[in-house]
Amino acid sequence: MKQYAYYPGCSLESLGKNYNISALAVSDELGVEMKELEDWNCCGATAYFPVDELLAYTLVSRNLAIAEKTGLQDFIAPCSACYKNAYTTNKYLKIDPDLAEHINYALEEDHLHVEGKMKVRHLIEVFIEDVGLEEIEKKVAHPLKGLRVAPYYGCQIVRPRKDKEDVENPQFFEKLISAIGAEPIDYAYKTRCCGGSLIITNRKAALDMVYKLLQDAVNSNANVIATTCPMCNVNVEVYQSQVNREFGTNFSIPVMYFTQLMGMALGIEPKRIGVGASMLSLAQSTAN
Amino acid sequence: MAVELSFTKEIENIMYASHGKPIKDCIQCGTCSGSCPAVEFMDNSPREVIGMIGANLKEEVLATNTYWTCASCYQCTVRCPAGIDIADMMYALKRYSMWKGQYKEGLLGPDFSEAFVKMIVNSGRSFEPILAATYLPKYSARDIIQEGLTATGLVLSGKMPLLPKKVKRLKNLQRMVRRIIPIGETK
Repeated sequence: MKQYAYYPGCSLESLGKNYNISALAVSDELGVEMKELEDWNCCGATAYFPVDELLAYTLVSRNLAIAEKTGLQDFIAPCSACYKNAYTTNKYLKIDPDLAEHINYALEEDHLHVEGKMKVRHLIEVFIEDVGLEEIEKKVAHPLKGLRVAPYYGCQIVRPRKDKEDVENPQFFEKLISAIGAEPIDYAYKTRCCGGSLIITNRKAALDMVYKLLQDAVNSNANVIATTCPMCNVNVEVYQSQVNREFGTNFSIPVMYFTQLMGMALGIEPKRIGVGASMLSLAQSTAN
Repeated sequence: MAVELSFTKEIENIMYASHGKPIKDCIQCGTCSGSCPAVEFMDNSPREVIGMIGANLKEEVLATNTYWTCASCYQCTVRCPAGIDIADMMYALKRYSMWKGQYKEGLLGPDFSEAFVKMIVNSGRSFEPILAATYLPKYSARDIIQEGLTATGLVLSGKMPLLPKKVKRLKNLQRMVRRIIPIGETK
């Protein structure tokens, strides 16, 4: 069983709990082992950088250093913001020796050293690239036939550019949705930002961004929006009622983590993927 | 004789690790503004702000809400034909305004960021309910009630734990932070 250094991130212990349990259940089912890093810290999300850039990179580096100590090769983040922070920090550590030296001076206080040698990846890449779509297709017990899924990439998983992915019109999420038997819908807002932390610091702007995204998904007759990030999930799911009040709309579209949809298709017990009864009836009503 | 840095240079100097092209390479095409999902909530568009930096309009830039309205989605960065990392430039402007202690009145972003960093330094982990204490006082009564209802719903549905977690080697982490910035004593 291939092992990965797994960095859940703070959100997966609170608002994104269902993401964490479904990520682990699906990994288990697909024969990959996510080994949680010991004593990891917050990656800083989008809130450290406005205060001090070097501090932000240092705090991310502590997690990378802990991961390097495990001897494993891949650093896996299920949260897109954690992924982006770890990815860029790791890249800068490799190309900027001054930065690395400065950070390592600070890391000495925790008896750590970082080189930037991890391969930083988002959880979805492990399933698509390492396990493989064909293998996933083979393991699908209940294809989600007829379920129209809006793949919501959000921003940080594809931006800033991580070397290979198409930043304007990525397709990997669609392919995964097809592999579990569901139908990926095509809509314009799939990589448009959910507002991120503006939901706290500029509610009006963030609700407007969520509103446009929901409208586009609903106009495209999506049954469910699938997410790859706890921040997107919260903004798009929890704030739907506030969007409805603000814009006089009537949205009630389910939002699920891609791991929950995968879990349903793989036939994993609903409790183990944090899926409630309402979601199951949705899947059953469309899958016939 | 002391050389005074241009505003453009000042901002570029605090984009420490960003490897984008210099701000002065901007051709004022407006692709950033056209791509920005939050532009209609900004006093000045990203293109205008870059122009203002080039024109040394420091006070005007410090007075605009633009960079604190940036959600850091990097849509501008990946599309800029001149290769400027505009989203990172917005982060640099946030840092500049925090450093100068000068920003448009009524913005929640600066307080939020400061509270976030303090929380990490105090516990090593982030936790939504503690952050709420910093921004709720600036909300209207209606928003506070709404926020309370949302939070209660989250706790009841088991999505929100009541207690935050901490990193175990917190003292080491705090000493690490002090090697980067002198933050004074933490609780």
